[in-house]
Amino acid sequence: MSVLVLGIETSCDETAAAVVADGRTVLSNVVASQEEIHRRFGGVVPEVASRQHLEALNLAIASALAEAGVGFADLRAVAVTHGPGLLGSLLVGLMAAKSLCLALEIPLITVNHIEAHIYAGLLVEPDVPFPFVALVVSGGHTDIVYAAGHSELRLIGQTRDDAAGEAFDKVARVLGLGYPGGPAIERLAREGNPEAVPLPRAFLEEDTFDTSFSGLKTAVVNYLYRARREGRVNLADVAASFQAAVAEVLVAKAVAAADAHGARALVLAGGVAANGYLRESLLKRARKHGLRVVIPPPVLCTDNAAMVAAAGYYRFLRGDFAPLTANAVAGLSLEESFLKQSFKE
Amino acid sequence: MRFGKGALPGKSEFCTYHNDSHYCQNLGAVMAGAIELETRSDSAEETRMLGERLGRLLQPGDVVALEGDLGAGKTCFTQGVARGLGVAGRVTSPTFVLIREYQGRLPLYHFDAYRLAGPEDLLALGSDDYFEGCGVSVVEWAGRVAAALPRDRLEIELLRVPGEEEARLIRFRATGPRAKGIVEELKRDLRPGD
Repeated sequence: MSVLVLGIETSCDETAAAVVADGRTVLSNVVASQEEIHRRFGGVVPEVASRQHLEALNLAIASALAEAGVGFADLRAVAVTHGPGLLGSLLVGLMAAKSLCLALEIPLITVNHIEAHIYAGLLVEPDVPFPFVALVVSGGHTDIVYAAGHSELRLIGQTRDDAAGEAFDKVARVLGLGYPGGPAIERLAREGNPEAVPLPRAFLEEDTFDTSFSGLKTAVVNYLYRARREGRVNLADVAASFQAAVAEVLVAKAVAAADAHGARALVLAGGVAANGYLRESLLKRARKHGLRVVIPPPVLCTDNAAMVAAAGYYRFLRGDFAPLTANAVAGLSLEESFLKQSFKE
Repeated sequence: MRFGKGALPGKSEFCTYHNDSHYCQNLGAVMAGAIELETRSDSAEETRMLGERLGRLLQPGDVVALEGDLGAGKTCFTQGVARGLGVAGRVTSPTFVLIREYQGRLPLYHFDAYRLAGPEDLLALGSDDYFEGCGVSVVEWAGRVAAALPRDRLEIELLRVPGEEEARLIRFRATGPRAKGIVEELKRDLRPGD
């Protein structure tokens, strides 16, 4: 009999619930997006975010069960993101998960948001060989993670200033495009020349898998300031050149990390993984290095609960359950999430 | 690092490049105190070093309000403050997560109001508890949430210098005696030859 896990995700913009069987079959994947609300405010408003989660979550869970054609009694566990993220938002999901587990007498599984993004890769291709390297890129994260095994995820590189998705959002703003910035830049970039505007690539030291996007952001601002003064700005060229600069660094760092750690595969995840230019660049480069590349479809790259349920399934197999006293941790690190027997209480 | 008032141009000559955006609607309104200190930085590292010198002086409950356009160096300056507070870990942009906490000689609470709609949103994050706590608070894009900031705060504005991409003018304003004390101490610290 298959193991059904209910996943819950409320760490940031999205209120999401999903039912996944055996960590690989998505029976339902419901995302009540708050993007429309946030677009009006131009970003994430914490108070609005928690309130919306509270209003949307029960409905999302009910829809997830209905779409999957299962009832509460069929669930074997509830997996929930308990960090990193906005504390108030995380708590809404965590409290719902705890209530369900208490009532249904099934185990509670707490999952790290970054871990969940990586498991979107295993959700679509459960036979991804270990060890692999994952590149998780979103508005809040630019993490390169080495995965030796299911219980051994280790952060080996991260941004030293701005996350890649944040750079997309901020550059979109100076270009006068809307929120969210990623899709807007990708659309505009299709009409531009990626080599038209010379922009810096911060590769940092040779032996690091860290990244930096703050200098690139500033370079775009400087360029626009100059170009607008001189009355010659081609926004599509700027968008294309910026996108190419981000992708080049991300791809180079991810492939270098895979090579250095003897990885056999590369998993791309997180909201920015929906960017077509990045996907293609990574595929091209990784193939040359003989790496298998796993890129989940966009719906599993942006925040969703199916990835949480998938990650939860593997913790379920290990008997890695959380006590009902588990807490939400805004700045939760991967290291904390994979310490043996160390539940946050 | 040079500082002094005489040789530097007035505010109107510095570009607030980003002023077409509604994100900066409150810019200017927050920077209300008299200018206590103006200094110039010629590189990101110099900006970081200035932040570090400030960080060494800060005491529990101090609140630093940062203002400046995208890419002006707010996060860079905060990285220096963290260094001065003895924070060992990496300090990254809090834009997405809104607040990050670090542990140093004192705790550092790093806020970013870029994505907030107004002061109520900052309050909703529990900012008062942080401001009155035992750590030091640094708030980026402070102009967006001015009404939620403590009355006595150190305001720091980072401005681009036209025609010089690396250079920044950094202005310190104090809105109360506590902040004024910090600036006096910083001035003594920056004075050459001491």
